[in-house]
Amino acid sequence: MNSTAIAPRTVLVFRHGLVVRITHWVNALCLLVLLMSGLQIFNAHATLYWGSKSEPDRAILSMRAVQRDDGSYAGITTIGSHTFDTTGVLGLSGSGENLESRGFPAWITLPSYRDLATGRRWHFAFAWLFVLNGLAYLIYTIASGHARRDLAPTRGELEHIGTSISEHIRFHFPKGEEAKRYNVLQKLAYLAVIFGLLPLAILSGLTMSPTLDAVFPLLLDLFGGRQSARTVHFLCASGIVLFVLVHVFMVLVSGVWNNLRSMITGRYAIETSEGGHG
Amino acid sequence: MVDRRLTRRGFLTRSAAIGGAVLVGGCDNTLSRSPSFRELLLRAEGATQGVQRLILSNRALAREYGEADLSAHFKANGSTQVDDPGYRSLAQAGFADWKLKIGGLVDRPTELSLAELRKLPSRTQITRHDCVEGWSAIGEWSGAQLAPLLQSVGLKPDARYLVLHCADTLGRDGKYYESIDLIDVFHPQTILAYDMNGAALTEPHGAPLRLRVERQLGYKHAKYVMGIEAVSSFANMRGGRGGFWEDLGYEWYAGI
Repeated sequence: MNSTAIAPRTVLVFRHGLVVRITHWVNALCLLVLLMSGLQIFNAHATLYWGSKSEPDRAILSMRAVQRDDGSYAGITTIGSHTFDTTGVLGLSGSGENLESRGFPAWITLPSYRDLATGRRWHFAFAWLFVLNGLAYLIYTIASGHARRDLAPTRGELEHIGTSISEHIRFHFPKGEEAKRYNVLQKLAYLAVIFGLLPLAILSGLTMSPTLDAVFPLLLDLFGGRQSARTVHFLCASGIVLFVLVHVFMVLVSGVWNNLRSMITGRYAIETSEGGHG
Repeated sequence: MVDRRLTRRGFLTRSAAIGGAVLVGGCDNTLSRSPSFRELLLRAEGATQGVQRLILSNRALAREYGEADLSAHFKANGSTQVDDPGYRSLAQAGFADWKLKIGGLVDRPTELSLAELRKLPSRTQITRHDCVEGWSAIGEWSGAQLAPLLQSVGLKPDARYLVLHCADTLGRDGKYYESIDLIDVFHPQTILAYDMNGAALTEPHGAPLRLRVERQLGYKHAKYVMGIEAVSSFANMRGGRGGFWEDLGYEWYAGI
C-alpha cells in the first residue's frame, strides 16, 4: 500500500450503468431470437426480390434444392446471375431421412423444424420486447447524457481516427485512463447500429405489414415496395450479424473476462500508474 | 482475490452454458411446443392488433396500383382445385345454379345467385396480395362490397364477426373457413370478388367467389365461398380460433 515506486497496478473502475447492462443483455437475447425466428420465416419463401411484387424470373437471391443428373439432390443459392452449390447449408440440408429442401439449415432456425406459424409467434413477441427495450435504452441514454458524454465522438477523436484504425489493426487496445471510455471506432460502430441499422430493421419489418402500409403509405415509397422492404430487412439482419461477429471478436481479443464482468457487474479492470481511486 | 475471481469466472461460464442450453435445447423441444408458452407468445398478437387498430383509421385504404403493375403470373396458393362433389357439379354448370347463402345473426337470411351478386354495389381495385410465406402479387379484383350487402340483409346487434364457409378441403382438417370482424366487413375495399384481372375467377383463384380483405395477409382471403354467417363469437366453431390456418397456429389478426 505504501509502495514508493510508481508501479502499474490494477484497479476496478465503474464502466457501465445498470440500465445499459440490463438493456444490453435483453437486446442480445432479442436479437438472437429475432434472427433465428426470422430465418424460419424467410425459409417459407427463400427468395428475395426488389419492388412491390415477387416475379419469379426477377429474383435477386434464392435458395432451393435441385436434382442432379445422377438423381441425387443439391442445394443451390443464386445471387443475381451467379449460382453457387451450397449443399448441406443453404437450399438443402439435414442428413439421411432428415435431408430436406430448406433455405437456412435447422440448427439456425427457431423452431428448428419447419413451422412458420410458431416462427412468427416468436418473432413478433420478441419484436415487441426488442422495441420496448430499445426505447428504454434510448430514453435513458439521451436523458442521462450517456449519449452525448460517452457515445458522441469528439472533434479531436475524429481527427485522429487514422491512428485508432492502425492501433486496432495491430490489436493494440487502449490502456489505463483511455480504456475507461469507448474509443472512436467503437463509438462510430455503436452509433451506426443504434441509430442506423436497428431503426432500419424495424422500419423495413413494419413495411411488410399490409395494415401498416395502408396507414403509412410512405413506408412503401421509402423502401420502394414491400418486397424491397423484405430484402432490406434481410440485409439489416445480415449487417447486425456482421456487427455482432466483430463485436464478440473484439470482446474476445481485448480481455473477455474483463469485458464480460463490466457488462454484468459494471466493473472494469484497468492498469494505472497512480493509486487506485476507481 | 484469486478465489473470488475463479468463482466469478465459474459463475459466468455456468450462466452462459445454462443460457445456451435453454436457447438451443429448450426453445425447440419444450418451449415451441408448450401450449402455455405458445399462448404467452400469442399475447403479442393482442398487442399488435390493439396498436394497429388504434392507429388505423378504419377507412384507411390499402394502396391501389395501376394496370402496368399487374403480376404476369399470380401464384395460386392453398387449394387450387376442389374435390367436393356438390362443388364439382355446380362448376360443371358454370355455377349457374350456385347460390351464396347468407345466414346467422341477420334479420333476413338470403340466398344470392352470381347474377344477383353482380347487380349489387361493386368495386374494382388493383391491389397487392401478401402471402404469409413472404411473396406478393398484384391483381385486379371486382366484386360486391360487403358493407351494403350486409346492410341489406340487416345485421343483428349482437353480430360481431362474419364467418366465411368454403367448399375446399386442405389436408384432413375439414373444409376451409375464415372470419373477419365488423371493422373489416365495413371497409370499402372488402369485397366478395367474382372477377380477377377482368375475367371471371378461375378455379385455382377461388371460383366462383372469394373474399378480398386488403389490409390482411393472403390466408384471410377465403376462396370458394359458399356461405357467409354473422356470429357473435367463433369460440365454439371448429378449432375455436376463427379460421382454418388459425386453428393450426396462425394469428387470427393477419395485419402483420
